[in-house]
Amino acid sequence: MSDLKILLNFERNGKSHTLESYKQRSGYKTVEAAFKKYSPADIVEEVKKSGIRGRGGAGFPAGLKWSFLPKDSDKPVYLICNGDEGEPGTFKDRVILEENPHMLIEGIILSSYAINAKHAYIYIRGEYGYALRQTQQAVDEAYKAGYLGEKLPGTGYQCDITVHKGAGAYVVGDETGLMNSIEGKKGQTRNKPPFPAVEGLYGCPTIINNVETLASVPYIVENGGEVYGKIGTEKSTGTKLLSVSGHVRKPGVYEVIMGDSFMDFLKNQCGGILDGKKLKAVIPGGSSTPVLRPEDCEKMTIDYESITAAGSSLGSGAVIVIAEGTCMIKLLEVLAHFYHHESCGQCTPCREGTGWLLKIIKRIEEGGGKMEDIDTLTSITKHIAFHTICPLGDAACGPIDSFVEKFREEFVEHIEKGGCPYNGKFTRLQKRI
Amino acid sequence: MEFTEAELKQLEQLRTRYPDNRSLTLPCMWMIQKREGFISNEACQLIATELDIPRIWVEEVRSWYSMFTEKEEGKYVLEVCNNISCSLLGSQQIIDYLCDKLNIKVGETTDDGMFTIKTAECLGSCGTGPMMQIGDNYYELLDAEKVDAILEDLRNGKEHAQQPQQFPEYK
Ligand SMILES: Cc1cc2nc3c(=O)[nH]c(=O)nc-3n(C[C@H](O)[C@H](O)[C@H](O)COP(=O)(O)O)c2cc1C
Ligand code: SF4
Repeated sequence: MSDLKILLNFERNGKSHTLESYKQRSGYKTVEAAFKKYSPADIVEEVKKSGIRGRGGAGFPAGLKWSFLPKDSDKPVYLICNGDEGEPGTFKDRVILEENPHMLIEGIILSSYAINAKHAYIYIRGEYGYALRQTQQAVDEAYKAGYLGEKLPGTGYQCDITVHKGAGAYVVGDETGLMNSIEGKKGQTRNKPPFPAVEGLYGCPTIINNVETLASVPYIVENGGEVYGKIGTEKSTGTKLLSVSGHVRKPGVYEVIMGDSFMDFLKNQCGGILDGKKLKAVIPGGSSTPVLRPEDCEKMTIDYESITAAGSSLGSGAVIVIAEGTCMIKLLEVLAHFYHHESCGQCTPCREGTGWLLKIIKRIEEGGGKMEDIDTLTSITKHIAFHTICPLGDAACGPIDSFVEKFREEFVEHIEKGGCPYNGKFTRLQKRI
Repeated sequence: MEFTEAELKQLEQLRTRYPDNRSLTLPCMWMIQKREGFISNEACQLIATELDIPRIWVEEVRSWYSMFTEKEEGKYVLEVCNNISCSLLGSQQIIDYLCDKLNIKVGETTDDGMFTIKTAECLGSCGTGPMMQIGDNYYELLDAEKVDAILEDLRNGKEHAQQPQQFPEYK
C-alpha cells in the first residue's frame, strides 16, 4: 500500500480551491509545457497509454472514447464534464469540485486541446450549491489569470468553460440525458446510436467524461501515460477515489491505488465496522452494483477485474458498508423506491417494472408477502434489463437480483414470519436522537 | 412580472455561452426561483417570451426536474435525504423528530409559513449523514441538538455558510 495522492494532493485547510494553492502544488505548469511539447494527437496518445478508464461508472477507456471523434467533421466539438454525481453512495466528485477545482479545470483545458474542443461545459447537479460556487469561483480565477478565454499561454488556442447548474434528476447523469439538459430540455435519455462522439450536444461531436477522469489528465500529461499506466494493476491503472459510507468508523473519500486489498482497506484506513459489529454486506460501487457478502470480499482487491470476479462491479467507487443487524429487505425497499422515483418514464418496462418491484418488496417487508413473490421479482427484472433505452433500467435490476441471490433466506424469513424480524427499522448504531 | 435590470444583464452574458437560446431555460428558471421561491405560470410565459420558445417547453421542464417548484412553499424547505447511506445512519429518526417538533407531516408547511419538510433522494453527502439540504446549503451530521440549533438560527434569519465536508471518526 503506497500513499501516492494524485487527486487529493492537498491539505484540507479550506484554501485548496484557490488558484494560489493550486499553483503552489505546481498547478497549470503542465498546460504551459504541453502546448509547446505536444500536438493534440500526442495527448490523446498519452491518455490511451495511461490506460485510464472512465470513473463515472461504466469504466470505458478514456483515450479510446476520444479517438471515436470523426476526423472530417466541420462542426464544432464539445467537451462535457459530468458532475451530476447522482449514484447513491457517491460523493467523491464533490471533493474535487469543492476543494480542488483548478485541477479539474487544467484537465479540461488539456482534454479540450486534445480533442479540439473550444467550449467545455461543467454540468454540476443543482443540489451541489457549494460545489457550484467553488467551481465557478475557480473558473473566474482561471479566466482572470489567462488560462481560459482566447489565446492560452504560448499558443493561439482558445478554451472556454461554462458551469451549468442541473435541477435534480438522477437520469440526467446519463450522457445523453445530460446533453438534453444542457440544451434546456427535460433530461430524458436519447437512443444510441447516434453516439455522442458523432452526434451529441447541439447535434455536434461531443465527448463526455466524469469529473474524476478529467481531473486525472494533468498528472497523465505531466508524467506521461506510461508512468500512470504503471500505477495499479495491468488492466486497472492509476488511483481511484472511493466514497465510503454506511456502518463504518471512518467514512469519507479515499484515494487508493488500484489493486489494493479491499478488506485491508476497510479495516485499516476506514477503521472497520461501527460499534465493533460484524460485517454483513458490502455494496462496492454505488447503489446500482450488486451486493456482496463478506466471504465474497475476502480475496477481493480494489480494481475493475477483481470486483467483477467477486460478482459485482467497481462502478463509481461508492463503497456502502452494512453491518450485522440490518434488514436487507428494508434496504432493498429504499433502493427500489429510488429507481422507481427516478425512472424517466420513456420505456414501459422501466416505468412500470420499477413500480411493481417496489410494491412487491414493500409487501414482503410489511408482512403480506407470498413465497412466489421472490421468483416474481427476478422474473420482472428479466423483462426490464436490456429492454430499455438507457441503463437506468438495468441499474434498477442489479440490486434486486443480487439481494435475492445473496440474501434469499431473509426474504423467506419475512414471508414465513409474516413481517419484518427487525421491526421494519434500521438498527440504530450511532446514538443520534 | 418582469426580469430585473441585473437579471437581464446576466442573461445577456449567458447568451454568449450557449449557441442556442433554449439552453438558457434552466438558468432563467433558477433566476426566477431564487427571487420568487417558485415558478408560476406567469413566470413560464415570461421566460418563454424572453427566449422566444413555446411556453409548454418551459412548463414541461418545470414539472420534470425535482428541484423546480410550481407553488409557494415554506420560507425554508427542509429536504432530508432518506436514501441508502443516510437511512443506515438514522435519517428516518431525523424526519420523525422534525415532524414532531414542527407538528407537520412530510410535504406540509408550518402555519407561519416558515418551514416545509420534504424527503430527498441521495444528495451526495453519504459520508456525513444524516443530512438535509436547506436552500443552497447542506446541513450534515445531524442529531437532535443540531436540528434544534438550525431551526432556531433560521427563525432568526441566520443561514450557515457551507464548509468543505468534515468526515467524522466514530468510536
Ligand atoms: C442513469 C445513469 C446515471 C449516471 N450518472 C452519472 C453521474 O452522476 N456521473 C457520471 O460521471 N456518470 C454518470 N453516468 C455515466 C455516464 O453516462 C457516462 O458514462 C460517464 O459520464 C462517462 O464518463 P467517464 O467515461 O469518464 O466515466 C450515468 C449513467 C446512467 C445510465
Ligand atoms: S430505462 Fe428508465 S430511465 Fe432510462 S430511458 Fe427508459 S424509462 Fe427512462
